Amino acid sequence: MEKQMPAGGCDVCPAHHSGNLIKLGVNMANWDFVVALAGNPNTGKSTVFNALTGLRQHTGNWPGKTVVRAEGGFAYDGHRYKLVDLPGTYSLLSTSLDEEVARDFILFGRPDVTVVVVDAARLERNLNLVLQVLEITDRAVVCLNLMDEANRQGLSVDERRLARDLGVPVVPAAARRGKGISELTRVLSDVATGRTVCRPQRIRNEPPALKKAVGKLVAQLQEEFPNVPNTRWVALRLLEGDARIVEAVCSGELGDLDRMPRQEEEVTA
Amino acid sequence: MSVPTPNQRPEKLIRLAAKLRWEVGSNFHDSLMEALYANAAQIADRAVIRTGDGARFDLDRTIDRLVTSRWLGFPIMLAILTLVFWLTIEGANVPSAMLASLLIDTLHPTLKSLAAAVGMPWWLNGLLVDGMYLAMAWVVSVMLPPMAIFFPLFTLLEDFGYLPRVAFNLDGWFKRAGAHGKQALTMSMGFGCNAAAIVSTRVIDSPRERLIAIITNNFSLCNGRWPTQILVATIFIGGLAPAHFAGLVSAGAVVGVAVLGVLLSFVVSWGLSRSVLRGEASAFSLELPPYRPPRVLQTVYTSIIDRTLIVLWRAVIFAIPAGAAIWLSSNILIGGLSLAEHFINWSQPFGLLIGLNGVILLAYVIAVPANEIVIPTILMLTVLSAKLTGLGTGAGVMFELDSDAAIAGIFASGGWNLLTAVNLMLFSLVHNPCSTTIYTIWKETRSAKWTSFASLLPVGMGFLLCFLVAQVWRLVSG
Repeated sequence: MEKQMPAGGCDVCPAHHSGNLIKLGVNMANWDFVVALAGNPNTGKSTVFNALTGLRQHTGNWPGKTVVRAEGGFAYDGHRYKLVDLPGTYSLLSTSLDEEVARDFILFGRPDVTVVVVDAARLERNLNLVLQVLEITDRAVVCLNLMDEANRQGLSVDERRLARDLGVPVVPAAARRGKGISELTRVLSDVATGRTVCRPQRIRNEPPALKKAVGKLVAQLQEEFPNVPNTRWVALRLLEGDARIVEAVCSGELGDLDRMPRQEEEVTA
Repeated sequence: MSVPTPNQRPEKLIRLAAKLRWEVGSNFHDSLMEALYANAAQIADRAVIRTGDGARFDLDRTIDRLVTSRWLGFPIMLAILTLVFWLTIEGANVPSAMLASLLIDTLHPTLKSLAAAVGMPWWLNGLLVDGMYLAMAWVVSVMLPPMAIFFPLFTLLEDFGYLPRVAFNLDGWFKRAGAHGKQALTMSMGFGCNAAAIVSTRVIDSPRERLIAIITNNFSLCNGRWPTQILVATIFIGGLAPAHFAGLVSAGAVVGVAVLGVLLSFVVSWGLSRSVLRGEASAFSLELPPYRPPRVLQTVYTSIIDRTLIVLWRAVIFAIPAGAAIWLSSNILIGGLSLAEHFINWSQPFGLLIGLNGVILLAYVIAVPANEIVIPTILMLTVLSAKLTGLGTGAGVMFELDSDAAIAGIFASGGWNLLTAVNLMLFSLVHNPCSTTIYTIWKETRSAKWTSFASLLPVGMGFLLCFLVAQVWRLVSG
């Protein structure tokens, strides 16, 4: 966090960064950072997407509305961001097309930040996905959306405690009313630029036999692909015989993830 | 992606994984998921604080019990649909007439004389003003008002969270038909646009069930066909009822056609899953989202920008060349008769056999690019083939009309009766998808076989359905 107060007053004060958000619509040229939007179906990902980019992607109150990836841009604090709205999924494990689109993008598209939009009123179920995303990537922000709805249902969420437990920043929001969006932009830019470093919580209480097997594989993987950060997750997928990951290991695509300069990468829908 | 230097070590890794898989046992996936769920439950438990009594949640449950109830679910669904159409029909009359009087009665003669004043040759004047401009003006005045009312209403329902309840009600039926329950969602999207709905069938994992959803999506009346249904129902079906019930009766007729489409979707899904696309229906879980108070102004604004104007723009784009085609086909003469008349005369016997006529068949050929222009095309061709005088100012002119009564007059002189109207409504429901939808089917399936199947099956069914209705009708009415 910046501690000193630079000259210029309100414009540069961290509390006033909302004014810095420039919605760029579909103009995504020369982006500095890629941000992925993940989340369960019907948690308001498209609403957050629209609020950030100024686009009017059709939003609807039903699960599974976004089946293709939508992309848009915004600028904040001197950096340009490309925002990718992923299809809503309950998990990243099974093999349906929409889950694969979401998972492949988080893994192979290597977004600089993954924002997981969660429904504050259904936190437990939504956290299943958050934990799975945190297995793949360190750089994540949880957007605790639909806070207004949760309050109406007599629920509130201690976001500081949640942030501590998850090890990533948590931003409460009510995106339909535009609340929390400026805070979200600030926090995600902090993660993108490295001002905030996440230390996400990882699932640890697994059976001992599994732990041993994963340990062996991780050792081999780290030797083979020294730059891949999430070897534990890759090991688990290999144990399950995930065809897509097996292929990525065989072809060396997994290793390329880190060697390849990201700008040259073509991510096709 | 380039493959790095040949390397045996990845292979070794995969073999190691395969060996270890035996050691950890087959249920490790389950225990892993259990660990994940336990973790999530623990974290959520620590973070969530219950403050109130949760009254809102109870209200949601009460509404859900009503709208998904076994006995009330379907009647409520039909009542809501009827209300939406009734509001559309009643509300669209006045602005439609105003637009028609502005664009067609006033602007068209002005353009005509302007073109004459600058010395434009008669054929260019005809092609531009009588063909292209009039086709566009027609589409705008016929389509804009109903769409500007229907789309916001439908979007409000969607925002409120009603559509997943419709899917919930229909799920059991789809399962019995051997199709995926999510087909209820893609079918509902088809009520907006078939092409968009076919893209949305990606939410269905099984290729078999996805193909069924794609092929049967055409039975959802899309917004290009709603105006046809609404107009024909208003003139012919509404005309049968006393004036103050006319709106409600027309709305009922439109709902009837829409429901028939849903039934056909079940029947065809059932037939496909027992013949060429045999298989079991897979299970899925559908989350009923909470009811959310719709943000009315925002919804109206975005649905007008996103849906109404985009759909209208598409219709105009397709109407302009179609207008030119209509004008040309009715002004190029071969042996004293225009091309259009040749086709109409040639197809008339077949048209009459199935309770339609040659004009309607030609209109559907011209309207393959966009269903939106069917009604304007039919009206124009009817005038032409009936050789009506005093309405148009020459062959291929889409004439001036500003009321449903005037349109009814045209239909009457074209030899239309109630059977023609009913069969037109049926054929508009069951015929080939528009060219955009056909292209989308091809893009999604990458299969020429299934694309042609999905395009030709409904036309065949439409001909058969109209033929049967015509035979029964003639038998009953003597």
